[in-house]
Amino acid sequence: MTDILNAFVLAIELIFGGDPEFVEIVGLSLYVSLTAVGLASLIGLPLGALVAVYRFPGRGTVIVILNSLMALPPVFVGLFLYLLLSRSGPLGFLGLLYTPGAMILAQCVLATPIVAALAHQAMRTLYEEYMQQLCSLGARTRQVIPTVLWDGRLRLVSAVMAGFGRVSAEVGAVLIVGGNIANVTRVMTTTIALETSKGNLALAMALGLVLLLIALGVNAAAVLISRTAR
Amino acid sequence: MAILPCRAEGLSFRADGKPLLGPLDLELDDGGTTVILGHNGAGKSLLLNLLHGLMPPSAGHVRWLGPDGADNRRRQAMVFQKPVMLRRSVLANVEYGLKLRGVARAERRRRAAIVLQRTGLADIAERQARALSGGEQQRLALARTWVLEPEILFLDEPTASLDPGAIAAVEAIVTEIRDGGTKIVMTTHDMGQARRLADEVIFLARGQVAERGPAGAFFAGPASDPAQAFLEGRLAW
Repeated sequence: MTDILNAFVLAIELIFGGDPEFVEIVGLSLYVSLTAVGLASLIGLPLGALVAVYRFPGRGTVIVILNSLMALPPVFVGLFLYLLLSRSGPLGFLGLLYTPGAMILAQCVLATPIVAALAHQAMRTLYEEYMQQLCSLGARTRQVIPTVLWDGRLRLVSAVMAGFGRVSAEVGAVLIVGGNIANVTRVMTTTIALETSKGNLALAMALGLVLLLIALGVNAAAVLISRTAR
Repeated sequence: MAILPCRAEGLSFRADGKPLLGPLDLELDDGGTTVILGHNGAGKSLLLNLLHGLMPPSAGHVRWLGPDGADNRRRQAMVFQKPVMLRRSVLANVEYGLKLRGVARAERRRRAAIVLQRTGLADIAERQARALSGGEQQRLALARTWVLEPEILFLDEPTASLDPGAIAAVEAIVTEIRDGGTKIVMTTHDMGQARRLADEVIFLARGQVAERGPAGAFFAGPASDPAQAFLEGRLAW
């Protein structure tokens, strides 16, 4: 019980104390996760809309794969990318292993199927509603995709938020490809894992609370954005 | 340059093997308002959808015989009974079709402004289309097609659930579009409306054209039995 109380006190101290190491860890966490989700959205949103709008052979299979990939285990993605990026791996020449770039890549792989699958669901409902009307107004199929993406933008915010929720909380993938190197690749979740194993339970809890606050803040921002866009 | 006349040859539509429309032959030429009448299930909406190319016929085809017939897709328009409003402003809804056709922004604004003025929507151009009343939405649906200056405009029960004031507004707009030279083909359940707007009537019964002729003659005394029964309010099918 004292650990939990201490955690709250520590969390407040951390947030208002402005400890440079803490700020750096939080900053890197946000940088990695937001960049990863940004990239995942660039790929996932059009991909989801594409699958919702176009009828092509194998479409059902693509949907099943996208939905299953939502449950991709982070440690597996981490390990897979580790093998690709390690010095002897096929992408070793990029020198990405143990850099924030590798962490962004890993989280992007995790977030893309989530964003794409949720975007597909939202876009499919919208497309079914719009299809006849857009066709009547003279829209060609390639013009339909930007239309449903734009008109469904409020629903797409939730798809992107789900992707962010997934990557900001995961530890397995960033730990393996980032290596949790202090001042280089240490993010909030890897720090929590490290401090827990060192027995600094209060500090780990405090970091967890901060992570929760960030998630709260990002989601609140998303709600505000969608309110003003309405 | 023109896409009309439009000719349906052996046009038919079946669902689960059950014939719902045709086979029928029909030719539509430019000018005037053609009103399609008939009981529920006679195939009125289906005929519009097939002519407009929204669904493929089970047999037969629709040909656009004018010199620009190949480009018919973008020279025709349709207003549905329940139009789907894009989740955008009134102005953006009107500009959308022009955008699809690659019309430059300034020109889009100019043409949209004219049409919004004519349909009485200029004051609410910035409102969200989905927040409009049913009558306003239907006027917007008309504005959205009018701005495209179609050669032929299909209207499927355009005033089905509107109050008399909104119906009058819609009819005034339809008349103005027709006077501008656009061929109007519409379905309606409102006999008063048919009398007010029709230059010509096509009467459908059980998926077939039972009768076709000038509106005056049709309402004075239809030639076919199904049409006579329909006008007298008898249920004959």
